[in-house]
Amino acid sequence: MLLISAIASGLALGSMYGLIALGYHVTYVVSNTVNFAQGSSVMLGAVLGYTFAVRLGWPVPVAAAMALALCAGFGLVIERILVRPFAERDSNAWLMATVAGGIVLDNVVLFTFGKEPRGFPSLLAQKPIQIFGAGIFPLQLVIPAVGLSIALALHVALRRTRQGKALLAVVQNRDAARLMGINVRRAIAFSFALSTALAGLAGILIAPLFSVHSDMGTLFGIKAFAVAILGGITSASGVILAGLIYGLTEALVTAFFGSVYTQIVVFTVVILALAALPNGLFGRAAVSKV
Amino acid sequence: MPREAQSVLSYHRVVLAGMTALAVSAALPVSAQETVKLGLVAAMSGQSAKSGEAIVRGLSLAIDEVNAKGGVLGKKLELLVRDDESNPAKGVVAARELVQREKVAAFFGGLDTPVSLAIVPFTNQSKVPFMGVWAAGTAITQNGAADNYVFRVSAVDDLVDVALVDYAAKKYAAKKPGMILINNPWGESNEKGLKAALEAKKIGYAGIEKFETNDVDVVPQLTRLKQAGTDVLFLVANVAPSSQVVKSLDRMGWNVPIVSHWGPAGGRFTELAGPSAAKVQFIQTFSFSGNPNPKAAQIFAALKNKYPEIKSLADVTPAVGIANAYDAAHLVALAIAKAGSTDGTKIRDAFYAIDKYDGLIKTYSKPFTVKNHDALTAEDYIFTYFKGDEILPLTN
Repeated sequence: MLLISAIASGLALGSMYGLIALGYHVTYVVSNTVNFAQGSSVMLGAVLGYTFAVRLGWPVPVAAAMALALCAGFGLVIERILVRPFAERDSNAWLMATVAGGIVLDNVVLFTFGKEPRGFPSLLAQKPIQIFGAGIFPLQLVIPAVGLSIALALHVALRRTRQGKALLAVVQNRDAARLMGINVRRAIAFSFALSTALAGLAGILIAPLFSVHSDMGTLFGIKAFAVAILGGITSASGVILAGLIYGLTEALVTAFFGSVYTQIVVFTVVILALAALPNGLFGRAAVSKV
Repeated sequence: MPREAQSVLSYHRVVLAGMTALAVSAALPVSAQETVKLGLVAAMSGQSAKSGEAIVRGLSLAIDEVNAKGGVLGKKLELLVRDDESNPAKGVVAARELVQREKVAAFFGGLDTPVSLAIVPFTNQSKVPFMGVWAAGTAITQNGAADNYVFRVSAVDDLVDVALVDYAAKKYAAKKPGMILINNPWGESNEKGLKAALEAKKIGYAGIEKFETNDVDVVPQLTRLKQAGTDVLFLVANVAPSSQVVKSLDRMGWNVPIVSHWGPAGGRFTELAGPSAAKVQFIQTFSFSGNPNPKAAQIFAALKNKYPEIKSLADVTPAVGIANAYDAAHLVALAIAKAGSTDGTKIRDAFYAIDKYDGLIKTYSKPFTVKNHDALTAEDYIFTYFKGDEILPLTN
């Protein structure tokens, strides 16, 4: 029972980390930059979802769609004012700028949304179902299902659709892509919108299991970045797998050794894994051509 | 800028500065003569802003009552409120400003133990009494200073832990309680306290598990405690993490008695934790609901009158902040009156001389002695639970 419930917890949290980490992956491969406001985007998704669904009483699918659209819009804003001006000048200041952007958003939400954590009720997180003697909320099964389907859909879309191919072209060779008439700026902006929307989705999914408040995303953002690095940030499937591995390790260590050891063991594992495989578990070494 | 404009500007500036100086010098001696100043350093913004609001309400109500009867030393009491933003450094700056610039006769503290602990050395040095009305850290009043100016009308962690253990032993005949504690200094201090209290009662424990404020899932920790044979769960955490524990218990289908410190009282516990929130039995120093003391009803009416936004008992949760602050303010006023002066040392000694005060929480007799700076004891704690948005006392 201990094992089953730990696996269920680990998979649900792990696929959430995977979704957020997928956002780091998408912007990194397309533009070599990362949005460090991912944690805040998780929070934004949950806060907007809560506002539309609970405060305004919209049907959940509409509320979720609207929240995701706004999250994508937030990604566009981040890219336009916090990343592009620096990245195009070959400056690394986007790093600090996106961190700062996240802090600004957290505080704006603190003032507008309020200081008290709020509950986001969901029918999927009320009555646990029994699986091999362990109680599990249906939502805990929905999260990995959604996470894996999104990863799969992304994989297919990149290879089958026109936009996806354009994105891959930018990944392979930015200048050649530009010469082929691909709008590189638009491709990069799209990758940021996609990345924050993925984070927002993770936020909406986790909200009923957690509570909605302005600093709920910070820790998720940090853990997901560890996951992205662990998975080898260049590989989409690697990032998702690393998310699952990270989530499972976290839950199993807590279950069998106790919570005092969780962070120590998990981050030691991350460091060891990176020492053995510097490009992450599934990443490829970046070839720098001279 | 053309020279003329510049000189006009600087002329304005001089006039303005002069007027400000005049206003200040005119205002200062008058207010110094007319009122006895009391300070408050508490969280008025941030996550704990609600606690600061409750304290201000309790203090203001008591000060109004004292002033209506003519104040103390022939002067009215005046309350100066400073925001510490739950930040110890900001708390110390605020305390310094209140003592050195505003010359307060005494001042009150807020919810955060780390802030109060940071203020303690300063208050003992400057010999101005500091009265805690919320933060429960044991070391705030038991600070080891030879010359102690820190008093408190609130719960004390060590005593709370004794009360939690007593309650679990009496009500559930607990033999192997388990602890689920927040992973911070507050959890740490209660781990020590609970262990000591259990040892004193010769009760063992099944296990101690920690969790983080932002942990989504506490099932692994709780499953460990369950497998170790936990029969009563001791919970120490603020409202949001406490609700994660309740949700995880729900999922496990584990119906274990939960005996908790007062964290759940600090917010919308029922909304966050769902219907099982009602299972958590937590400690309070005071509750308006089901309170036989006629003073409780009278003060609640006065609160509604002074603050029209208070409509029902659910609007004054948790009531401990109001009640502790109310009694503390009256005790301070009594001490100043007894001291016959606003001198810090004389007020401190007058605290020891307070004989009896018929308060809101209880009738205090000899509330403070040289050895004991805490007015409330383990017998004053009550156990409560959430029914919807309201905190009700458990009758047993």
